[in-house]
Amino acid sequence: MAETVGERTPARVREGLRAYGLIAAMWIRSTMAYRTSFALTTFTNFAVTGLDFVAILLMFSSVDALGGFSLPEIAFLYGLSSLAFGLADLLIGSMERLGRRVRDGTLDTLLVRPAPVLAQVAADRFALRRLGRVTQGALVLGYALTALDIDWTPLKLLLMPVMVVSGGAIFCSVFVAGAAFQFVAQDASEVQNAFTYGGATLLQYPPVVFAQDLVRGVTFVLPLAFVNWLPASYVLGRPYPLDLPTWVAFASPLVAGVCCALAGVAWRTGLRSYRSTGS
Amino acid sequence: MDRVDGVDDAFIELDGVEKVFEVRRKTGFLKRERRQVRAVDSISFRVERGEMVGYIGPNGAGKSTTIKMLTGILTPSAGRLRVAGIDPSRERTRLAHRIGVVFGQRTTLWWDLPLVDSYRLMHRMYRIPDARYRENLDRLVELLDLADLLDVPVRQLSLGQRMRGDIAAALLHDPEVLYLDEPTIGLDVVSKARVREFLRELNAERRTTVLLTTHDLQDIEQLCKRVMVIDHGRLMYDGPLAGLHEAGESERTLVVDLERELPPIEAPAPARVVRVEGPRQWLAFPAAESAAPLVARIAAEYPLVDLSVREPDIEAVIAKMYAEQAGRAVS
Repeated sequence: MAETVGERTPARVREGLRAYGLIAAMWIRSTMAYRTSFALTTFTNFAVTGLDFVAILLMFSSVDALGGFSLPEIAFLYGLSSLAFGLADLLIGSMERLGRRVRDGTLDTLLVRPAPVLAQVAADRFALRRLGRVTQGALVLGYALTALDIDWTPLKLLLMPVMVVSGGAIFCSVFVAGAAFQFVAQDASEVQNAFTYGGATLLQYPPVVFAQDLVRGVTFVLPLAFVNWLPASYVLGRPYPLDLPTWVAFASPLVAGVCCALAGVAWRTGLRSYRSTGS
Repeated sequence: MDRVDGVDDAFIELDGVEKVFEVRRKTGFLKRERRQVRAVDSISFRVERGEMVGYIGPNGAGKSTTIKMLTGILTPSAGRLRVAGIDPSRERTRLAHRIGVVFGQRTTLWWDLPLVDSYRLMHRMYRIPDARYRENLDRLVELLDLADLLDVPVRQLSLGQRMRGDIAAALLHDPEVLYLDEPTIGLDVVSKARVREFLRELNAERRTTVLLTTHDLQDIEQLCKRVMVIDHGRLMYDGPLAGLHEAGESERTLVVDLERELPPIEAPAPARVVRVEGPRQWLAFPAAESAAPLVARIAAEYPLVDLSVREPDIEAVIAKMYAEQAGRAVS
């Protein structure tokens, strides 16, 4: 890519992270200009995402299991999905607004700054209130871990943080790819939401309740199954969806790496098409 | 640095630069027609270090496309383009340290934060050495009269104050060239004067190269010795402002108030009456000629109450230029 001329990738990544930090800090201070509003929206965010789980609780007041999964097991899936998605949403969730910036031309103001555009767009409108979802996911996961009687092994313990980080990275790549698509179609943020928010909701339920084709889709096409379904099945000692071999539970970091690489390519392609066509 | 031989101080160089957009238009259900739009059509010019150039043209003429190519936002479709020896679209971030950009209608300041916070961000993002940052900030605050505004959230600033704030933000890292896109749009007379005064000083004292696009031709009259006119992606005029009047055969207008309604004044050609409204009459005469003989003659022959001279409207001059070009193209 032309823009990397004279600059090595590690240096660019460092530059990007630095710019991200600077801009995110500005947005945090901006939100703090309205403290009450910040407190209210954070609480609302926490409460609204919490309602999801309340719906699951209500369901379990009339049934004992969902697709053979008990309430703590569902909570385990739910917590992992919410935590991974919440982290991605917190870090780069504002990228879904890229289309708006392309349309009103304010993206240009970012392009004249000496920092990678991806970092600037990712940090745009950084919203600490999204910690609400992360907190809620962590609480539900905490409940699941105390309620479940898991036969912990070192491997299972290791898999927990790996799952959250890889899952977050997979969702991040979906955000980036979706944003890249908005260079071409500026009003595609709804389509993107279907994959991000929709995907996160999907993963809150066990794969057995969904049609096989859908499960195949989120395993092989858009590999969301690697966020929690597959590794969680290993931790819970549950059979894998689609009769996949055991080792796939550990493939999440690899899958996340591939997703990020592909999202990077998509981003570069999108940005290049913007820079050669204008808005 | 690659430089063209024999040109030592060309800071901005464009050589046959083109920008072609592909536009898709709906022509029926699922049917799309592809059409190429030449937003910038083989433009070549040079701007030397320390020059102050006005870049004008109607909406959609290709002004902002040119600025976007010069800042590295857009990649040219063809031609050669260099700013300070750098190819902007290939080395966008490196160039960013050497240029300042002010988009008149899009602020880069942080809306909810005090003005000075935006400057601190620039300080760190551009890695401006502390001493230089302090020095530049102090100077800009003084020249742009920002002292009382530094701690005010940007959303509370007036348009003129915000524009001054934006200009300061674009200059903190000592750019060698400043691009201004409509810097006085929407400003009141006092704010406009202040911005112009500042730009003049900046250019005179620091030799900052300034390229500005504007709709307000007074900006150009008061600031730029050189003006470039662009239309339909082509450079139609590049030279001193005075020459533009000649090129466009512009006319000044003499507005005459008579004591009572009278038939149109019989003025010596080429002056002629262009409009009559009750006792008031409008006469057009070549901009290059003095108004004195015409005024003397009217005062001698007609019952004159009052009169005023209106300077030619460059918009009209340019419009006329376009019309002539179009006419030539057709014939």
